[in-house]
Amino acid sequence: MLELDKINAGYGRAQILRDLSLSVAPGEILCLLGRNGAGKTTTMKAIMGLLPLMSGAVRLEGREISKLPAHKVAGCGIGYIPQGRRLFGELTVAQNLEIGLRAGGSGREVLEDALDLFPRLRERMHQRAQTLSGGEQQMLATARALCVRPRILLLDEPTEGLQPSMIAAIRDVIGVMRDRGVGILLVEQRIDAVLSVADRVAFIENGRNLETLEAEALRRDHRLIETHLGV
Amino acid sequence: MLASLEGAVTAAVLALTAIGLSLVFGVMRVVNVAHGEFFMLGAVLAWWVASHVGGPPAVGFVAALVIAPLAVGALAALADMTVLKRVAYDPERTIVATIGILYILQQVTLMTYGPEARPVEAPFNTRLALPWVEWGEGGIQLYWPWGLSTTSYKLFVIGAAAAVLVGVWLLMARTRIGLLMRATQLDREMALAFGIPVERVYAMVFGIGGALAALGAVLIVPIQQAHYLMGGDPLLLSFIVVIIGGLGSLPGTVAAAVLIGLSDGIISVFFSPTLAKILATLLVALVLVFRPQGLFGTGAK
Ligand SMILES: Nc1ncnc2c1ncn2[C@@H]1O[C@H](COP(=O)(O)OP(=O)(O)OP(=O)(O)O)[C@@H](O)[C@H]1O
Ligand SMILES: [Mg+2]
Repeated sequence: MLELDKINAGYGRAQILRDLSLSVAPGEILCLLGRNGAGKTTTMKAIMGLLPLMSGAVRLEGREISKLPAHKVAGCGIGYIPQGRRLFGELTVAQNLEIGLRAGGSGREVLEDALDLFPRLRERMHQRAQTLSGGEQQMLATARALCVRPRILLLDEPTEGLQPSMIAAIRDVIGVMRDRGVGILLVEQRIDAVLSVADRVAFIENGRNLETLEAEALRRDHRLIETHLGV
Repeated sequence: MLASLEGAVTAAVLALTAIGLSLVFGVMRVVNVAHGEFFMLGAVLAWWVASHVGGPPAVGFVAALVIAPLAVGALAALADMTVLKRVAYDPERTIVATIGILYILQQVTLMTYGPEARPVEAPFNTRLALPWVEWGEGGIQLYWPWGLSTTSYKLFVIGAAAAVLVGVWLLMARTRIGLLMRATQLDREMALAFGIPVERVYAMVFGIGGALAALGAVLIVPIQQAHYLMGGDPLLLSFIVVIIGGLGSLPGTVAAAVLIGLSDGIISVFFSPTLAKILATLLVALVLVFRPQGLFGTGAK
């Protein structure tokens, strides 16, 4: 269980997140919806310890991970798939994955498992990450996070700029991880994609919580989305 | 020929010093103005160790070769943890901070070691005559012209520097710690998000940078002497090399060090040292105008 308890955070003196609270249970997919600049990416960085909290706490299974130095957060079991992929571009596929394995203290079997989910990476182990196609890069960013052996996965717009078949592949993997009991926090712009996978949807605006609703309710009544996103 | 050998010694030491500066800039994005003082400290410590260890000069020299870089590296790592970390590696403030470190190191050395220049004895220093090849009657002839000689020590400097450079390359390309350093260099934030202790990597890189400068200095003190103001030239030349070679590019730095070192040696012998420095500076200006990413750089980061 990942819990954000009234966190306040920002960049330098500019505060972005205001008393934001969320929770992600094991085996649950929580979607974070909000307009551009609402603070979705900032929320993920705050969870990873990359931004200092002004107040509030982030807890994983009751343990206050926001008290840890940033480089210890991944090792607690949080896999981060950042917006824009952020691979180590000059390193090879194998080296990118090795960094993930090291972060989670994981063994070879974790690597094999991640490669079974993305067989295309297996053929490209010694290719430099920056020479992969966009879709392959997203696979690598996902596999790198899986190598941490996460209990919680943070996915920030994983389908940005991908073609439908690649989107389906990523979505399948999200489903597999959910079925294994991994809690998933997903940021996604495309409403239809959100509705087809989410268990719950949390709306945020200007770094504050709006409502958090069951996805089922939104699937029944699309107008709810329009009122919350203001589109 | 002789000039190019003198140049090769300069190039070898310069390559070690510049690679330290380049590594620090590449991984940490810190312009270390105090780099020349780490060089100077290496030379001064070499003198100190060599004069406190008894026995033949070779023993003192080997002791200096081990102790001086380790001590300077530890001091540099300490400076990183206490000073650079405190200013959050902000580009401008690190420049000011390292200028401060520069003066502290220089003045402390002046107060303790004094203003004298002191030599360290080379461990071995046999003169070697060099053969010269020429077409004579009946084919190639080898002969040993008067004055064309070098010392075994100078050849050792070149060999040792080359070995250390290969070692640095192996460290970066083949080891686990090198992988962490490169990942930190490529994306500091993602390195943190994937469990890399970036602060420790920084302290280590700054330490290695200082140790490489000190190592270059230990190699050069049997040829030049140790003096508290000797850090200026290596700093300037290292900057020139790093700019020409491309900021943060290791192969570029080595190639540029060879280029600058050799041309410095050759021009200094045939013309004047001042002309050599003027030409080097001119080259930097040309590189900055026409190829701001450096001759071997791979484009703006
Ligand atoms: N490094 C930074 N320094 C200062 N402000 C920042 C920084 N990164 C983001 N911001 C600001 O924080 C706010 C929230 O940005 P964030 O990236 O979290 O939005 P987002 O919800 O992820 O948007 P998008 O849907 O466009 O990805 C924005 O106003 C942005 O300008
Ligand atoms: Mg975002």
